[in-house]
Amino acid sequence: MSTIDESSRRDFLYYATGGAGIIGGAAAVWPLINQMNPSADVRALLSIQVDISSLASGSQLTVKWRGKPVFIRYRTEAEIAAAKNEDAAALPDAVARNPNIEDGAPATDQNRAVAGQEQYLVMIGVCTHLGCVPVGDGSGDFGGWFCPCHGSHYDTAGRIRKGPAPENLHIPPMQLSDDLILTLG
Amino acid sequence: MFRTLTLSAVAAVSFATAGLTAGAYDTHIEDFDFSFEGPFGTYDQNQLQRGLQIYTEVCAACHGLKFVPFRSLSEEGGPSMPEDQVRAYAENFEVFDPEIDDFRAAIPADNFPESGLENAPDLSLMAKARAGFHGPYGLGINQFFKGIGGPEYIASLLTGYTGEEKEEAGVILYENTAFPGGWIAMAPPLDDELVEFADGHQNDLHHLSEDVSAFLMWTAEPKMMARKQAGFVGVLFLTILSVLLYLTNKRIWAPVKGKKAS
Amino acid sequence: MGGIPHDHYEPKAPWEKSLAKRLPIIGLMYDTLMIPTPKNLNWMWIWGIVLTFVLVLQIVTGIVLVMHYTPHVDYAFSSVEHIMRNVNGGYMLRYMHQNGASLFFVAVYAHIFRGLYYGSYKAPREITWIIGMLIYLLMMGTAFMGYVLPWGQMSFWGATVITGLFGAIPFIGDALQTWLLGGPAVDNATLNRFFSLHYLLPFVILGLVIVHIWAFHTTGNNNPTGVEVRRTSKEEAEKDTLPFWPYFVIKDLFALAVILAVFFAIVGFMPNYLGHPDNYIEANALATPAHIVPEWYFLPFYAILRAFTDEVWIVQIASFVTGGIIDAKFFGVLAMFGAIVVMALAPWLDTSSVRSGRYRPMLKWWFALLVFDFFVLMWVGAMPAEEPYNTISLIASTYWFAYFLVILPLLGVIEKPLARPATIEEDFASHKGSGDGGSKPLATPAE
Repeated sequence: MSTIDESSRRDFLYYATGGAGIIGGAAAVWPLINQMNPSADVRALLSIQVDISSLASGSQLTVKWRGKPVFIRYRTEAEIAAAKNEDAAALPDAVARNPNIEDGAPATDQNRAVAGQEQYLVMIGVCTHLGCVPVGDGSGDFGGWFCPCHGSHYDTAGRIRKGPAPENLHIPPMQLSDDLILTLG
Repeated sequence: MFRTLTLSAVAAVSFATAGLTAGAYDTHIEDFDFSFEGPFGTYDQNQLQRGLQIYTEVCAACHGLKFVPFRSLSEEGGPSMPEDQVRAYAENFEVFDPEIDDFRAAIPADNFPESGLENAPDLSLMAKARAGFHGPYGLGINQFFKGIGGPEYIASLLTGYTGEEKEEAGVILYENTAFPGGWIAMAPPLDDELVEFADGHQNDLHHLSEDVSAFLMWTAEPKMMARKQAGFVGVLFLTILSVLLYLTNKRIWAPVKGKKAS
Repeated sequence: MGGIPHDHYEPKAPWEKSLAKRLPIIGLMYDTLMIPTPKNLNWMWIWGIVLTFVLVLQIVTGIVLVMHYTPHVDYAFSSVEHIMRNVNGGYMLRYMHQNGASLFFVAVYAHIFRGLYYGSYKAPREITWIIGMLIYLLMMGTAFMGYVLPWGQMSFWGATVITGLFGAIPFIGDALQTWLLGGPAVDNATLNRFFSLHYLLPFVILGLVIVHIWAFHTTGNNNPTGVEVRRTSKEEAEKDTLPFWPYFVIKDLFALAVILAVFFAIVGFMPNYLGHPDNYIEANALATPAHIVPEWYFLPFYAILRAFTDEVWIVQIASFVTGGIIDAKFFGVLAMFGAIVVMALAPWLDTSSVRSGRYRPMLKWWFALLVFDFFVLMWVGAMPAEEPYNTISLIASTYWFAYFLVILPLLGVIEKPLARPATIEEDFASHKGSGDGGSKPLATPAE
């Protein structure tokens, strides 16, 4: 009787020891992997706040966020009207590219502008063609943005209208508070 | 023989450190009883917040904390202030931004500014850069039991002014019982009731010194809580593993030693 | 590998045979892991595993620390603070690496003194010993250069003082020191080359460790009796030995787990106990700390360095004979390196026919005094250079040299050794299970 008992007790001990050793080894590996994830100083800049209350109609502010320029434009009535006039479905890129609303929403001006405050348009200033920074202030054939690298034209809602770029300028995840503090990320 | 040697090795390692700092100064360091001492001690969140207030109202005039980011004020294990409070607090400081080549209001991602006064040392690491306890006879025993004593040194320095002054080469020096050499260039920075706390906490010199020292220990070692926790888990796990390995070893060797496996 | 007769790996499955013809790696691993090991090894034979583990620990933590460290005088100190504050788990990685150096030296000193007591350096294991001494020297170099990297006050002034030793060498000293530093003083060039070498040397050490293991796997392990394993037949050898796996692997892992528990307690609860507060002050070439003291593991040799001042007659004679070429400063440097050289020469200085100190009634006491002497040197190395410490360090340094240069050669002649067991099997049988027979209670083979 004791032989069976003993060998099973021995097996249990060996498995427990081996198991504990494997757990310890695995636990030691995690910190070595995790140290390569973004550090606290990098994470702190993943989300920034910008006070845009001083932005005047028809002017634009560029801020750096996650290493890229972000265009914040206070659009004029005329710019908004021009953007609203277009039929979203007929545009080269019919999708809004706005992560703040549902995926694949049509590229109407309402879906592009900041929700509830349509005079503000916030976009990542990176041409969707090959990553150049478009110039703004009503440039290009459509009075919006124009990428000098390969001649992409964006309209007053940042939608691609002409040229090689495949997509509308992307909109960052954001939130605009009532006292006009814009939180990016 | 080797057991005694091993034991003395452990002791020797401890005496080695202490000798380093065994100075000839006859200074007095009071052994304050901080909440973060010992293997399970933790920072007192309210004390750290009071310490921050003392730093802001008094020390910050001359001393910087250039290694400490404002955002860490809201980190767990520290003063744990809400993020919007930290944001509002940071705005009171100006930092230089090389991107715009100008000064701007600080945001939580920035560090505290450097010292404003040239001969005022940065305080970020002060609590780890000073030893309060030494000896006896360079054996490191006091540091083993009481800790290295950085925060005790700071608190003793702040309470250690005798009121005596002297002028040397055009500089006024103040007598201090904790400062090596006995005379320090810094005028007594704290005094009874110099800082008022919103919750009416005691604000005599002794308490103010203790609070600001605790805060400076946190600025020097913000991850102390997490570190002790990791250490505890590690020791616990390795103890269990040791027991299992001990039993396994005993069992493996039992047949060789001609004993019945028990 | 190994001169002790034992079973070798036989490839069985077709793929094993096929692999063995092309690359006999399984056989190599089998022979290494199953090597016959004297069954009477005591608890002082665990340090090799501990050292191997710590070498890997230091290399692994070091590689990940480098991902966040910046070797530049303007950024080194703040990048270490960045590791401590911002990097995920960085404070643990840094404290483990920092205290890992101490664990490394605790283990290496235990390992060396084990070898000195049980005569592990004696023929035919001289090469193992010499390689070990080389590893120890490289460890000291690596630790010293690593200590410079955080660029604190002690980093800077330690580097200044230690590189100053090379400046003491006659004729070429100044040029050598300038060459080492890459300039007239410790600066960015110094930090950069120390960083480069601190990264390189551990891999050189790793290579030497493999040679070290190769060497003693060829000669077979020494053991507490110093009696060789019988090699005339496999049957006899098997009575003296057990395979390394699982008997000694599990035993060593048990010891390692206990040691790591203590290590974790230090890292978790008092990580700065073995460090120096001044190293949390950024390096400043214009202000020297009140006491410049090396890390604890250098203290014994630092004490020897400082012991020989120009008031010591032997220094005066050396200076007189060489016409002043060997001054007190250079003499100290020679003494410090000499202290390690005499240790490395132990295989040829020890004239005794008996290997293990267990059967050498006189050596036992002289050896105990040597260990005590080592701790005295460590202690006195940390004290200020004033009386009575100067005299103590001179006496202690003298004994260090006397042990190797006088006592070891002399004892072999005048000492009458005790009777040794004829075989390891006999030694093992005589005290299995019930301690070691008194003098060394911890030295039971495995319990």
